[in-house]
Amino acid sequence: MKSRIFKRTAAALATVGAMALGMGAAQADDPLKVGFVYVGPVGDFGYSYQHDQGRKAVDEKFGNKVKTTYVENVAEGADAERVIRQLAQTGNDLIFTTSFGFMNPTIKVAKQFPDVKFEHATGFKRAENSATYAARFYEGRYVAGVIAGKMTKSNTIGYVGSFPIPEVVRGINSFMLGAWSVNPDVKVKIVWVNSWYDPGKEGDAAKALIDQGADIMVQHTDSPAPLQVAENRGVLGFGQASDMIKFAPKAQLSAIVDRWDDYYIERVQAVMDGTWKADDTWGGIKADMVHMAPFTNMPDDVKALAEETEAKIASGEIHPFAGPIYDQAGELRVKDGENADDGMLLGMDWYIKGIDAELPK
Amino acid sequence: MIRLEPRRSHSQAMVYLSPVLAIVMTLIVGGIIFAFMGKNPLEALYTFFILPISDSYGVSELFVKATPLVIIAVGLAMGFRANVWNIGAEGQLTMGAIFGGGLALYFYDSQSVFLLPAMLVFGAIGGALWGAIPALLRTRFNANEILTSLMLTYVATLFLSYLVHGPWRNPEGFNFPESRPFPDAGLLPIIYDGTRVHLGTAIAVFVVIAGWLLLSKSLIGFQLRVVGKAPQAARHVGFRQKRMVWFTLLLSGGLSGLAGLFEVAGPIGQLQPSISPGYGFTAIIVAFLGRLHPVGVLFAGLIMALTYLGGELAQISLGLPSAVTGLFQGILLFFLLACDVLTKYRIRVGSVATKGGAV
Repeated sequence: MKSRIFKRTAAALATVGAMALGMGAAQADDPLKVGFVYVGPVGDFGYSYQHDQGRKAVDEKFGNKVKTTYVENVAEGADAERVIRQLAQTGNDLIFTTSFGFMNPTIKVAKQFPDVKFEHATGFKRAENSATYAARFYEGRYVAGVIAGKMTKSNTIGYVGSFPIPEVVRGINSFMLGAWSVNPDVKVKIVWVNSWYDPGKEGDAAKALIDQGADIMVQHTDSPAPLQVAENRGVLGFGQASDMIKFAPKAQLSAIVDRWDDYYIERVQAVMDGTWKADDTWGGIKADMVHMAPFTNMPDDVKALAEETEAKIASGEIHPFAGPIYDQAGELRVKDGENADDGMLLGMDWYIKGIDAELPK
Repeated sequence: MIRLEPRRSHSQAMVYLSPVLAIVMTLIVGGIIFAFMGKNPLEALYTFFILPISDSYGVSELFVKATPLVIIAVGLAMGFRANVWNIGAEGQLTMGAIFGGGLALYFYDSQSVFLLPAMLVFGAIGGALWGAIPALLRTRFNANEILTSLMLTYVATLFLSYLVHGPWRNPEGFNFPESRPFPDAGLLPIIYDGTRVHLGTAIAVFVVIAGWLLLSKSLIGFQLRVVGKAPQAARHVGFRQKRMVWFTLLLSGGLSGLAGLFEVAGPIGQLQPSISPGYGFTAIIVAFLGRLHPVGVLFAGLIMALTYLGGELAQISLGLPSAVTGLFQGILLFFLLACDVLTKYRIRVGSVATKGGAV
């Protein structure tokens, strides 16, 4: 029994290998198959939704030259490897795995399917056929900080965080640097909900923050709940990942929108042209990977300032992490006249000086 | 008026036929739903139930997915037979992963052959300890174990979250919430090369056999059956209820802990905030679908695992939403319960009670 199953397995693997080899020589008029793996439901109106918008953009751009497939709600555990593998096995040529927790399974499957190309979002491990990509959301958060600094009356910002990972910590720091650039008296109160998507918890956190005097709601979680709470309680806030204006027409100042459309189109094109490389992409406002939703519910001068800040970040005139930057302990982290480098940004696990909170350890 | 009237005697065969009937009806209704969604029902059912296991790799993945479900459900079935309702297997699974996984992290550069066996023991102990708390509260203070075990689940998952965000975070992991990878000596060996079928799958089969023997041949197994079927008679002959509570909660807790350890030392290979997509809860359905019998649980676990795999392939091949998995599990459970009710009761339309119909 054992050896029989083993033999059949070996045979199956050989077939898979042959299939993978055959694919490389496939006819040019066969559609390029592109797979996507999402951590949440496509209907989350946030993170996974935006990735799916990118997938649809690929469909629209290439028409019947591509065939896209997605698997949603894939848990970041033992299941991810099987799903990624199934996508590779069913003939997908390019596979995007869109959540940090898919990193190790992506690398593992990439090794077994050397002719399939993989792209992992927000991670740091690459292989010969596995690239990484992410967006400089902190640039958008700086713009949001500038707006918040101008709009707050109580000088208190409520911030709903997901997990204290560098991505989120960097966002808080960048937001506050933006806010302080126009209003040095701004304070931030942070609540961690330990989830990316939990509308109930996110909403409760927002209520608690507003009760403590926050009049601007910022979130680094994926559901529209905090912004909806802001709308109901008559305070202002920012959308996350997608334009959430329909959930909060009177409260949304802007939203930091993830825009993967151009990147996905570019990468699919690269595979078609044979120029695809397993490199690392980290694009921001300039590349339009980070996109500010229309500036609403604010006076014209603030709107003008926000647009100017956005343009200056795109042109490189403003770097959110321009020195001198001190951490909470008072240690100089970025020298005057320098900008924080990508290595520091990627591993950021400290708050800048002036944030009156302790980072969960 | 429609009433349910107890059948005076019900067919023993139906008790075992009802899951089969439920599956058949699920397939029929599933096919109708697929047709309404504009898919060819036969093709959709084929994609959902046959395609995932049409090659040996698919079969191996079925085993990987069913392993934790079967191990947990065998333990739960013992308790459910004795009316001990452990709903907190998910938490016991998590504590098992923490105890056993913690050992692997403490000896992260170990190459000792004793590491893995020690992890298995620690995993089982972790789960059993977490099961011991509801047992103590029930026997000492008569606290309802449904509530206490369920609430302890949230404590366990938050504790794991704290550990991987804090003290057990990988120092080389860019501050991301995950532990170091386990050393090779702390990973379960793969039984068939080229698949993910690990030692835990073999142990699951052993657990099924041991559970069967325990239930059918041992004194405590006999007591479990009697306590569940005729609690008053059991009290009469002097079976101690408290002992049953302790035994079943420690057993199901220990098995859940073992299942949790198998997940982290098997397919996952490290600790991270989410280690189980709700196996501890799904196993409750598995236990009932398997008629609270270890061998039935084995088949039920495989069927349940198939609905997950089928749901993934239905998304890939047919473009159906992921909710189709939950839909099928829901329909299956509905029909199973309906079949069970109709086995024990008959439907009477009209208001006149048949004399002697009531017990």
